Amino acid sequence: MGLTREEVQRVAMLARLRLTAEEENRLTEELDGILHYMDKLNALDTSQVEPFTHAVDIVNAFREDKVTNQPNADALLANAPEKDETFFRVPKIIE
Amino acid sequence: MNLPALTVHEAKEKLRKREFSSHELTEAVFDRITATDDRIHAYVTLCREAALEQARYADDRLRKGNDLSPLIGIPIAIKDNFLTRGVRTTCASKILAGFIPPYDAATINAIRAAGAVFTGKTNLDEFAMGSSAENSAFFPTRNPWNTDRVPGGSSGGSAAAVSADQCIAALGTDTGGSIRQPAACCGIVGLKPTYGRVSRYGIIAFASSMDQVGPMTKDVRDCALLLEAIAGHDPADSTSVNRPVPNYSEALTRDIKGTRLGIPKEYFVSGMQPEVEKAVRRAIQVLEKNGAVIEDISLPHTEYAIAVYYIVATAEASSNLARYDGMRYGHRARAKDLTETYMLSREEGFGPEVKRRIMLGTYVLSAGYYDAYYLKAQQVRALIKKDFDDAFQRCDAIVAPTAPTTAFQIGEKIQDPLQMYLSDIYTISINLAGVPALSLPCGFDSDGLPIGLQIIGKHFDELNLLRVAYAYERSTEWHTKKPNV
Repeated sequence: MGLTREEVQRVAMLARLRLTAEEENRLTEELDGILHYMDKLNALDTSQVEPFTHAVDIVNAFREDKVTNQPNADALLANAPEKDETFFRVPKIIE
Repeated sequence: MNLPALTVHEAKEKLRKREFSSHELTEAVFDRITATDDRIHAYVTLCREAALEQARYADDRLRKGNDLSPLIGIPIAIKDNFLTRGVRTTCASKILAGFIPPYDAATINAIRAAGAVFTGKTNLDEFAMGSSAENSAFFPTRNPWNTDRVPGGSSGGSAAAVSADQCIAALGTDTGGSIRQPAACCGIVGLKPTYGRVSRYGIIAFASSMDQVGPMTKDVRDCALLLEAIAGHDPADSTSVNRPVPNYSEALTRDIKGTRLGIPKEYFVSGMQPEVEKAVRRAIQVLEKNGAVIEDISLPHTEYAIAVYYIVATAEASSNLARYDGMRYGHRARAKDLTETYMLSREEGFGPEVKRRIMLGTYVLSAGYYDAYYLKAQQVRALIKKDFDDAFQRCDAIVAPTAPTTAFQIGEKIQDPLQMYLSDIYTISINLAGVPALSLPCGFDSDGLPIGLQIIGKHFDELNLLRVAYAYERSTEWHTKKPNV
């Protein structure tokens, strides 16, 4: 198929990764090699195969809609890169 | 007495007889860590003070004489992708370098309730992505049998710590072999339970359709004891299954006469180190002498497993790791706007293998490629699972090597991702199918490196796995060998 550098840039944007030029080059080559290896799956005819969904047969796991944890802003904010009283401080979203 | 070298069941008995205290045992383990970890680098974070406090508490309860908590006073190491309340949890990533969880993983709660003492957090490949523990953002862990070799991965720190007697037992996680392959490389026992047998609540997610928690121990009996402590239903993990937990350690000793063991021909192919094949074949004979019936079986889609795994696992990882955006926790870079903040935080925070997998996973899920890669992979995954369902019509368990080679050199495969992925060839299908599997020592190669035997079971048939493993272990002495650290 031949993965292009432009595709790598597009995927990096989707994944919100800023790659250096050197990383772009290396990843283009490496991912192309890995994707080429994955093409071996095309040797199998799977037109009649239902895709896998779950390893063991379980039904949907419902639970009661009930609050089980107490509010604890201090604990939840303890790892915040930036905070302001009981809020996370984040970069401006709307210009 | 060499206290750190004890197994869980040995230490447990001696603690009850008051031959030594948990405090003495814990001190001895930390002395051992101090004396050896500058060569092994198994631990990312040590919890000496807290551990000694837990040991004192355990001693109080032991002194009263009526405490039957199954792991009381036993020092246990934890892979650094389990959330531990108040103890730094990094996943061996710069993006979580300073992260202190506000709660404990369900399995941490379980072994805490069982009375365990926590020695610390062990090294891993960043976000559990790797087969050598070299992808840690901090340092590579070294194999106690030969410090130029990798300990395997991703639970390399836990495996090395158990092997070097830097703990009595450990917990790890296994998404594609991350408990079993390092167990094989370090000459210990490691079990990946059935998908759904053990809660993943509080485990840092990598590939959610395959991640499982399991024990890493010095022998099979310990493995059963730890599994008993962590198995069971947890409403906080909707994939955990509500089934009774058998008394694994009691049922262990039943003989294996008439147990049908399947030998998959696809697991004995070229590229395998000849000494590994020889050791595994010899192990099969030992099992046969114990009364097992050997059957040749086929798992015809084995050769597709790596391709399927690296599509499914990277797809799941790319979406699981989207949460590291630098907003609520983890590393945040300084940048001019929101998008730049995301991109720079992730660029600075993730290492090369994690970026490679996020890129691959994003690619296979992206518009235009979803059917060709992700859907195709899930179809082939259904065929792989059917291979196991069919095989288990003919046998009760499957016996195979754990890894195609013994521990490789540090640096040998790190520049070639595909070669690294291929070292998971015998472990990956098991996660794709969700069945349980265990690795235990079955010999050494001519360089003195341990070889692992893998036993694979039916869904929720851990009991049978442990029984076969225990029958083998009782007939051999590999598990008693120690590295010279």
